Amino acid sequence: MSGLHELLLLCVVLTNFWVLGTTRLSSTIRATAIQGALLAGLPIALHPGWSLHTVGLAAGTFAVKALLLPAFLSWAIREAAVRREIEPLIGFSASMVLGAVAVALSFGIAQRIPLQESNSSLLIPVALATVMVGLLVLTTRNKALTQVVGYLLLENGIYVFGLSQAERVPFLVELGVLLDIFVGIFIMGIVVFHINRAFDSLDSTRLSELKD
Amino acid sequence: MGLLLLVLFPAGAAAVAYFVRSARLRLGLLVGTALLHLASTARLWADPVGPELGGWLAVDALGLLVLTLVSVLFLVVAVYAVGFLRTEPPRGGRVFVSGLLGFLAAATLVAVSHHLALLWVGMETTTLSLAPLIYHRHDRRSLEAVWKYLLLSSVGIALALFGTFFLAAAQTSGRPLLLEDLIAGGARLQPALLRTAFTFLLVGYGTKMGLAPLHAWKPDTYGEAPSLVAGLMAGGLTSCAFLGVARITQVTMAAGQAAFVQPLFLAFGMVSLVVAAAFMIGQPDLKRLLAYSSVEHMGLLVLGLGLGGVGPYGTVLHLVNNGLTKGVMFLAVGNVVLVTGAATREAARGILRRLPVSGVLLLLGLFAVTGSPPFGLFLSEFIILKAAIAQGHLMIALTVVALLAVIFVGMGAVVLDVIYSPSEVPTRGAGESLLLVAGPAVLLLAVLVLGLYVPPPLNRVLLAAARGLGVTP
Repeated sequence: MSGLHELLLLCVVLTNFWVLGTTRLSSTIRATAIQGALLAGLPIALHPGWSLHTVGLAAGTFAVKALLLPAFLSWAIREAAVRREIEPLIGFSASMVLGAVAVALSFGIAQRIPLQESNSSLLIPVALATVMVGLLVLTTRNKALTQVVGYLLLENGIYVFGLSQAERVPFLVELGVLLDIFVGIFIMGIVVFHINRAFDSLDSTRLSELKD
Repeated sequence: MGLLLLVLFPAGAAAVAYFVRSARLRLGLLVGTALLHLASTARLWADPVGPELGGWLAVDALGLLVLTLVSVLFLVVAVYAVGFLRTEPPRGGRVFVSGLLGFLAAATLVAVSHHLALLWVGMETTTLSLAPLIYHRHDRRSLEAVWKYLLLSSVGIALALFGTFFLAAAQTSGRPLLLEDLIAGGARLQPALLRTAFTFLLVGYGTKMGLAPLHAWKPDTYGEAPSLVAGLMAGGLTSCAFLGVARITQVTMAAGQAAFVQPLFLAFGMVSLVVAAAFMIGQPDLKRLLAYSSVEHMGLLVLGLGLGGVGPYGTVLHLVNNGLTKGVMFLAVGNVVLVTGAATREAARGILRRLPVSGVLLLLGLFAVTGSPPFGLFLSEFIILKAAIAQGHLMIALTVVALLAVIFVGMGAVVLDVIYSPSEVPTRGAGESLLLVAGPAVLLLAVLVLGLYVPPPLNRVLLAAARGLGVTP
């Protein structure tokens, strides 16, 4: 099974680039759904031998990140007339390049982190790269929905990092984290829905009334 | 009452409140839960209970302080909410009461959890439970506010989770992420990973505290949220976030990393004071003014931690004073909003004649919040300044005094203007009922008493809370 988790982690990086490169909002959501499914496979691939902890975590992650959240986000944008990300702060090809830089940086940084034990040499770099891509999407995209996806990528990166500490974080707490993220994105999705109705646009740059 | 029950019964009340159809019954549930919560918290002072769930839940001095502050503030806000919802249209009553009770449960979890990942779960829940309440008015401005609040707080709190995992990685002995074991095994924590963990946790929970430059959500959120929600956030939510910062401080101090931690605290503290002072001058909106005042006081809290010496004692005393005073100010401004429909200077002018009690509360609250004697904040700010001088940070002491003077003038100009100018905007609604002024008056009295006399039992708890936050000799 040792090769499987490396393959899954590489696919996670590919889905990051998918999010960075795509213009269609529905395609962005599909990319996060696939990433969610890949993440659900990771605990089982990393810790062979079926325990309640790994199977429960995999099932919970699959339900929340691969099924519920993508379905809900699709509902939130269904009414929107605008289905594309237009004029992001940084262009699509430029952000792909930045994504590649993030991956390179992550490998550099990961070597300097003195973790005692590691199940996979790819785990920490992929976690860091996903966190960076999440922050990149959050800060450079204008659509409220794409920003939610950026937040989801950020959380996914942290989840991958957390897998390196899986023995130390109890199952109950992980379920609590998963539930909080689910509710958080659920509320964000409702806000996105309201933004769409109030402004006839998912553009978060319209949200600029409040300032000093 | 056991600690687990103390978390679960407000959570249960929140669930029940959502399905109760009668508004009267719902408000009864709100106030009843608040009363029971305060009574159970008071019992913890008399006879403390031991750790529960294998040490995951426990009460120490610092946790007890935050728990009591939240509990007192919540009862005041709950009583105020009865008067507030009477004047508001019925929309949102169920979500409103449910959200408030959910916040109480989550804040209790933060205060009593000694497992740092569980603390994170509680912290994220406090953020989420108040989000629907910010959107109470259902207009574009509150929509923008709730969006900024959700996005910035969520990113901040995600970074705190990252930091929590780093802390787990730094640990080489003891039960994972349990506060007691982290502190006892402080010397064996891996220093590089611990410093990374501290940085992420400070940035994460610092965002929730609203330390500058991580405060961008604060003025918008406090400005648009109903006043009682803003008061609960400025007094309760930020205190919970401070507790998150304080927990990781306890661990890093036990690990002997004071030299790394203290400069970071000093930097965040000073930047917060400067930003607050700059944006308070000429601020046209009272609630935004109070939001910057909150940035100022959060800055003072971490400044006290950064100074060492008697600084941490000043910080924990200031935590209590600030929480109570923010309740007074936001609820008094809330009464202004109820009769004028806005919190702007124009709307609030002539308030002393129209709402005499709220006007007096606002005036006295101004002196309390700017740290004038004889109120409690004078005492705690004085202790923090004394720490600065005693630890040889004379420049910091002088700069802080100058900035506090600027803040006093800036805030005083705005508040005195609205209190003494003749009114321009017509009044609507019924004015001030006992429900709307009794709570803030009690809080103000408490701040006054704390400035004159710190009761010995409270002082013992303050000393015990400050002990872990300083350098252990």
